[in-house]
Amino acid sequence: MNHAWKYRVRRRMSGLKRALRRRMLTVCLLLLGAVFCAPVLYLLSGSVMSRYELKQSLTPLMAGTDGYVSWTFLPDYPTFAHWAGLLFRTPQFFTVFWNSMKLAALILAGQLAAAVPAAWAFAVCRFRFRKALFSLYIVLMLMPFQVTMLSSYLVLNGMGLMNTHWAVILPAAFSTFPVFLIYRGFCALPAEIFEAARMDGAGEWTIFWRIGVPLSAGGILSAMVLGFLECWNMIEQPLAFLEDQSLWPLSLYLPQIDLEQAGYSFAASVITLIPAIFVFLLGREYLERGIAASALKE
Amino acid sequence: MRRRRRERPSRRRKGARPGRILFLLPSLLGVGLFVLLPFGDVVRRSFLTAVTGRFAGLSNYRTVFSNEAFRLAAGNTLKFTAVCVPLLVGAGLLLAVQIGKAARGELIRSLYLLPMAIPAAAVALFWKMLFSDRGLWNGWLSALAGQTVSLDYMNTQAAFWVLVFSYLWKNLGYTVVLWMAGLHCVPKELCEAAGIDGASERQCFWRVVFPNLKGSLYTITVLSFLNAFKVFREAYLVAGSYPHESIYLLQHLFNNWFVHLELDKLAAAAVCVSVFLLAFILLLQRLWEGEN
Repeated sequence: MNHAWKYRVRRRMSGLKRALRRRMLTVCLLLLGAVFCAPVLYLLSGSVMSRYELKQSLTPLMAGTDGYVSWTFLPDYPTFAHWAGLLFRTPQFFTVFWNSMKLAALILAGQLAAAVPAAWAFAVCRFRFRKALFSLYIVLMLMPFQVTMLSSYLVLNGMGLMNTHWAVILPAAFSTFPVFLIYRGFCALPAEIFEAARMDGAGEWTIFWRIGVPLSAGGILSAMVLGFLECWNMIEQPLAFLEDQSLWPLSLYLPQIDLEQAGYSFAASVITLIPAIFVFLLGREYLERGIAASALKE
Repeated sequence: MRRRRRERPSRRRKGARPGRILFLLPSLLGVGLFVLLPFGDVVRRSFLTAVTGRFAGLSNYRTVFSNEAFRLAAGNTLKFTAVCVPLLVGAGLLLAVQIGKAARGELIRSLYLLPMAIPAAAVALFWKMLFSDRGLWNGWLSALAGQTVSLDYMNTQAAFWVLVFSYLWKNLGYTVVLWMAGLHCVPKELCEAAGIDGASERQCFWRVVFPNLKGSLYTITVLSFLNAFKVFREAYLVAGSYPHESIYLLQHLFNNWFVHLELDKLAAAAVCVSVFLLAFILLLQRLWEGEN
């Protein structure tokens, strides 16, 4: 009797301990996650801080003074002056914003048109040199932009596309990264479905368009979300191929603002952040599922 | 009867082949036109002198390899990837396992994923605030230590570690999601069975679960390499074209050569890096396939 009681207590205790440990773990992970997201809070609060307050907290950065950068997340005198200035009194900002949008849209359209069928071909067809070609695609995907910069420059210059948006769009549209991502999704589909469709007399195009694409829409969307984040962040390509500042995207315009106008910098950062976060939240589920699909074994 | 059945699929496959290969065509044409063909031209140029265009043999390669900046940059890039990639892959796995045990996994995962969406330019602004000699970080440290700390992180050896941190911060969420997907596919029963046979939790993980994650490991490693080259953006935006020598990467060097139109060196170096990457990928694939 005594023994059984002891046993029950011990089991209860270990259960409690486990629950406690689980809660501790959750709290720790959440805290770490909050640290990960902290920069967003800084940018947000900085964008609504008054000019005076910003100057006070950031002067240590401009050297020559003692003390450190200090920060308050709730500004004493919140103001939308920087936002208003950026949105209503800086026409240049609109230009670069729409440049970014245009680049992203056209690059994504190009990637959809080229990468999805290519991934399908790699996943479903068994042709000669398939493996070698796919390895080549992986290597191309891994190449940093700077390695292929000279070759891109040569061809773009030859075509007379330098200093136009096409110089950024065309090479990026044929990026092989989405092929790699979408390929995994297509591979996960059971081959029996295609066989069945073929039995019923479906053509190759119908099988691709009506069966393959809808079934791995998650993977395709996740590749598109990643593609958007990548385009939105583009720095090297426009820097190398676009001389004219009126053609520049937002990602290049932002670093141009100097620290004297930190408020504008913060507001512009937040505005840059908004579409990225929006796409991120919209596609988060696909992103997770799609990334997940790419991690599965073939 | 049996013969017919065996024949028909093969005939169909033969007939369908040219049609199916058309799917690859747009991508192949684009890649060929914008990358492969011009790359052939780059290979040709790497054997020519930049100005006169005469055949120069291997002299460009010799110049590149004896170039101090190239050695420094290649060394730094190698060191960076060698430190970062294993660190990211390991930390990602550790966190993925922990998140799997904790409550509210969804929320935690999203929090870790968020940095991926923050544009490099915004990150650079924040890094400047955080890591300059009078920045937030030094402020916290000096408050803790009770004395003035004014290390200028971006202009010392510490810049390398700032870059490592930046890479981990940006890519950890992605890696965690990949690992969690891999872990999700390992049946729970396997571990329970091992537990009944007396295996401890740790033994079970390394002996039972981990061997099943090889496929994920390959994908995660490849993607981590891909992202390792992208830290250049933050490095460039925070420290410019000529940062502290501990973070002078190949990308900086290539960029500077491009700006100064030293195309012969650029061509030779690009060929070297490509050959290296190709060899690396083939090795990785061989390793991976050897395991299976």
